[in-house]
Amino acid sequence: MNSAQLEIQLIAALVAIACAIPGTFLVLRKMAMISDAISHSILPGIVIGFFITHNLNSPLLIFLAAFTGVLTVFLVEYIQKTGLVKKDTAIGLVFPALFSIGVIMIAKHANDVHLDVDAVLLGEIAFAPLDRLHISGVDVGPKALWVIGSILITTLILLFLFFKELKISTFDAGLTASLGFSPVILHYGLMTVSSITTVGAFDAVGAILVVALMIAPAAAAYLITLDLKKMLVLAIIIGIGSAISGYWLAHALDASISGSITTILGLVFLLVYLFAPKKGVIAVYFREKQQRIEVSLLTFLLHLNNHNEIEERHVNHLNEHINWQKIRAKTVLNLALQNNMITIDKDIVSLTKKGVKFTTQAIDYIITNEDSKIEHMKADFFLFRG
Amino acid sequence: MDKKIAVKVDDLTVAYNYKPVLWDIDLKIPEGVLMAIVGPNGAGKSTLIKSILGILTPIAGSIRIYDKPYTKQRKLVAYVPQKGSVDWDFPTTALDVVLMGTYGSLGWIKRPRQKEKKAALEALEKVGMLAFKNRQISQLSGGQQQRIFLARALVQNASIYFMDEPFQGVDATTEIAIINILKELRKAGKTVVVVHHDLQTVPEYFDWVTFLNVKKIATGPVKEIFNDNNLTKTYGINYKVSIQE
Repeated sequence: MNSAQLEIQLIAALVAIACAIPGTFLVLRKMAMISDAISHSILPGIVIGFFITHNLNSPLLIFLAAFTGVLTVFLVEYIQKTGLVKKDTAIGLVFPALFSIGVIMIAKHANDVHLDVDAVLLGEIAFAPLDRLHISGVDVGPKALWVIGSILITTLILLFLFFKELKISTFDAGLTASLGFSPVILHYGLMTVSSITTVGAFDAVGAILVVALMIAPAAAAYLITLDLKKMLVLAIIIGIGSAISGYWLAHALDASISGSITTILGLVFLLVYLFAPKKGVIAVYFREKQQRIEVSLLTFLLHLNNHNEIEERHVNHLNEHINWQKIRAKTVLNLALQNNMITIDKDIVSLTKKGVKFTTQAIDYIITNEDSKIEHMKADFFLFRG
Repeated sequence: MDKKIAVKVDDLTVAYNYKPVLWDIDLKIPEGVLMAIVGPNGAGKSTLIKSILGILTPIAGSIRIYDKPYTKQRKLVAYVPQKGSVDWDFPTTALDVVLMGTYGSLGWIKRPRQKEKKAALEALEKVGMLAFKNRQISQLSGGQQQRIFLARALVQNASIYFMDEPFQGVDATTEIAIINILKELRKAGKTVVVVHHDLQTVPEYFDWVTFLNVKKIATGPVKEIFNDNNLTKTYGINYKVSIQE
């Protein structure tokens, strides 16, 4: 691995961290689409900044672009507040308008400036190591590394200082206001950070794919953990992992780095979506299946508890009486037998003592919903293992 | 009446999109009462509370908490929003939500420490939720979530409590537990203002009541003004409640 490769991966990883932090809050605030809007509408800011500075890494350009990002959010909310259109419509109105202004500006001046739509939209991180920063003649590394590094450090400081405020305003804006923390300031603070990060990241992954780095890691982390701090850490880890493995995927395929990173992000989310321990699709499927069987078992035991008549308890007639398919009736019968809750004598099913006790307590629990009632049953029985 | 006035609202008008939802409200809430705000849907009950707390900006009128503007008296006031106003899937625990009640006295940047944590645990115990302190909030029942909200207000150790429908969607046990805590607060000399829906329980739970329907209909002691006349004026239909003393 040569030093250029190392630098590219380092930049990609820093971009991933810088995106994951505001991304986590955007996801929790249900504002994922705002990042998409910001990523498009910073284009005119970038173009104007470039016309003024002729330097894609100039701080002025970054601030101008970030300003258009915040302006987007403001316009979206302003239009939404009129009550004439819904929020998603407002987003759909604002960012294409700003974006198209940027596109026209680039087209008009494409001949005399070195800036093309592709570079802004898709980024080209492979060239990032070529653009060096020199301080009094000494090469201190790629400019992009310094840009995203400064943005990341600022973001981390802000996160550390205002974590409590960000958390409460994301969870409960009403309480936040009544306690004297302005939700508006926090909201626009977050929007400013998101915008600046988007601008800083466009060199690496482009303004469009930055959305994936903001949203996908946070969305995946949300499915894995129930703790905000862990969610932030996980989002960062997923972001870094995807950035680096995306780089090597691009290397292997000789393809676009930003495209590969985004593909990996999509795959990681898909895997988490399927296999997350509690919220994943597969876990949910098996839990529901388990619950279905357990509820069936309880229904069956209750039926036995309520009926002494022989014909109601005959193995071959169960499916008629509780209207079950043969297979389901058999599964439930086996389950009850395995757990010593029933005995079968000449095809007549009877509850054991354990079965009676279980049924009564389970019903009691379902009615009262008091956890203490089943505390001692949890180990013995399987029904309430959730 | 020589009771101290905890909250004084003068000529309050609030509008959403230029349509007034509260019109020229004058209201005095004496210190130490347990007051219900009643009125039909859209009467502006929540709006009144939110305006007092500075969450909404009124187009006219003034609000005084112990004769000072709210912004100077924040630490005297605790607020329980409607349970449905937040996302209970938010990744955090019951204890953490209660700790949020301490953020006001901490101010910007400072983090809660042992002292705040201790207070939060005590508040959890008071509402009978200590065993659930590390439970993720989405895994709590509706009644338990409401208790968490109440604990979050208790931890603020305020003088005035505003609660927006604390009994909504809770079972009878929780309702009794909550009202007992509110009565304890009153006993301790606190002022408690509750947006309330169940008219039947007003005489049993509260000693003070405000009838609201865009305009203020009446305010005063339950014994004196909780009658069919005011109910009819507020709800617009011929209202009859049998009041059991």
